[in-house]
Amino acid sequence: MAELGAYPPGDYPVVVLGTGPGGLQTSYFLAGAGVEHALLSADERPAGMFQRFPFFQRLISWTKPYAPAERGTREYERYDWNSMLAADPGHLALVADFMDGASYFPSRAEMEKGLVSFAERAGIRARYGCRWEATRREGDGFVVETSDGEYRCRALVVAVGMTEPWRPDIPGLDAVPHYVDTEKAKAYAGQRVFIIGKRNSGFELADGLLPWARQLILASPRPARLSVVTHSTAGARARYLQPYEDFILAGGTFVVDAAIDRVERTGAGWRVFAQGTTRPGDMVFEVDRVIAATGFSTPLRDLSELGVATFHQGRLPAQTAFFESASVPGIFFAGSITQGSIGLKKYGRPSSSAAVHGFRYNARVLAGHLVETLFGRATERPPLTPDEVVPFLLAEATRAPELWHQASYLCRVVSFGPDRGIVDEGIQPLAHFVDSAGPDAVAVAVETDAENDTHPAVYVRREARVDEHLLPSDPLNEYEGGEHRSRLAAVLHGWLG
Amino acid sequence: MQGRDQIEDVLARMALFADLSRAQLEAVAHTFEEEWFPEGQRILRQGFAGTGFYLVLDGEAAVVIDGQERARLGRGEFFGEISVLLGEPPTADVVAAGPLRCLHLPGPELEGFLTAHPSVSFRMLQAEARRLHTTLGWRS
Repeated sequence: MAELGAYPPGDYPVVVLGTGPGGLQTSYFLAGAGVEHALLSADERPAGMFQRFPFFQRLISWTKPYAPAERGTREYERYDWNSMLAADPGHLALVADFMDGASYFPSRAEMEKGLVSFAERAGIRARYGCRWEATRREGDGFVVETSDGEYRCRALVVAVGMTEPWRPDIPGLDAVPHYVDTEKAKAYAGQRVFIIGKRNSGFELADGLLPWARQLILASPRPARLSVVTHSTAGARARYLQPYEDFILAGGTFVVDAAIDRVERTGAGWRVFAQGTTRPGDMVFEVDRVIAATGFSTPLRDLSELGVATFHQGRLPAQTAFFESASVPGIFFAGSITQGSIGLKKYGRPSSSAAVHGFRYNARVLAGHLVETLFGRATERPPLTPDEVVPFLLAEATRAPELWHQASYLCRVVSFGPDRGIVDEGIQPLAHFVDSAGPDAVAVAVETDAENDTHPAVYVRREARVDEHLLPSDPLNEYEGGEHRSRLAAVLHGWLG
Repeated sequence: MQGRDQIEDVLARMALFADLSRAQLEAVAHTFEEEWFPEGQRILRQGFAGTGFYLVLDGEAAVVIDGQERARLGRGEFFGEISVLLGEPPTADVVAAGPLRCLHLPGPELEGFLTAHPSVSFRMLQAEARRLHTTLGWRS
């Protein structure tokens, strides 16, 4: 697996940095398209992050071993949020193979085994133990300086994850252990623990420490958002909600809305000064431990000096719909960093690009984009007959894993050109479809609106203008019946003969 | 790069949030999401449902109706609230007129935010009155 001789320093059309799921998936699709590239990793083997995180062992993304769809099919991807995508059915759905039935959520060891197995079976080569140190422009490309030497490339794909511990600028917080510094749970036995942060990492720690800590206090300025309330992954996930229930049933845990003013050491303990937000007022907490579950940023090294624009307090690079830096063409991103390509964010719902089940599809879209734009190779685009269009689009709306995992973000496109006829243009970023010129075409996506109603959304581009048409929902999410067929056919009037 | 503390400083200078305490400003900074758009990027799309409320932190946004630019919005100004309040798709595109940094509040959260912050509702009403006054200035 660890081939020290793989990808020696030199010139490559594309360099991919990182062998987490984002880097592996991108490399897989580039290789499948015959694009020569170097895959480099500072780790000693694939999936390095899962050797340490999430801290309390299990992921928050599930894999359903026995699902309504056959394992190894495209439809099964709906139920398996963790495995890599592949053209060869023997490389699909691998995480399920390693799960022992103890949980709906793979342990990180099971996730790591699934990814390592994918890399081995798919023959993904990488240069491990090769650390990215610096980057500079040269001609119309880039030079990546590494611990092993220099790599020249036309396109750089950065897939190093949002992995750098991040702390807000609060006096005293620099001395506070971050989530990544959390000790074994029993080290907190009988202690009063103050967790700064009420997102998943904060609730994950609280859940893990609930049997050990004397008291838990979670605090941040904004009220906790829960996924079961927001109907999206924007919110603390259900499996970490025991501390929240402990709070609302007065079990001793506190979930407080407060802005932290400063944190001080007090001999063996800590004192936290805060101001209430939902309920105004000064607060002081005397505690034994403080943990900053304040999130992560992207280790972009010197890319900002090259002009890569960032947002989210500098934690994410701003990106185009095709995951290219919005300010430095030629630098692309893969993996969880692609959440910086925000898309339409309809009704405020983010993409799933922060997680494997979202960004694995981004990687396939990115690889296809690089193949076409950098190497001028046309992707196969199957023709459709007029009779096939409506059933095809409604089947995609009902079952396509890309449209369900990346709702309102990725779409299926069919074009109606005067020369090429009716063509399946594949899966594309919705933001690209609605904001770019192109031939007359239709795109179908799935969306959940403000009333939590999930339905197909159809975007029709005629003579460069794009209009939105929302189709009805269905209690079982089946969109292939007569009403949907007639409504979609009406939207496509004039194109189906 | 812009830290959250700097965002709070920008918020503190905005008329919309003039009556909020520092802690409340921090809560606002945590409630809204920071977003960055390159020149030419559409933020609101004419006729598309599911939009949100945006505050300009840096840069300018152009209000475009059927391809015609009608207005420019700069730092401290906001857009998207009419569509959200009326529950109807926007009647204009709003496009980044250069690199643009905004704070975004999802549409479904605007009502809760305004009712929880009556002083912001009042300031927003003042701003809407000013816009109306400008638009209908010939009548007064």
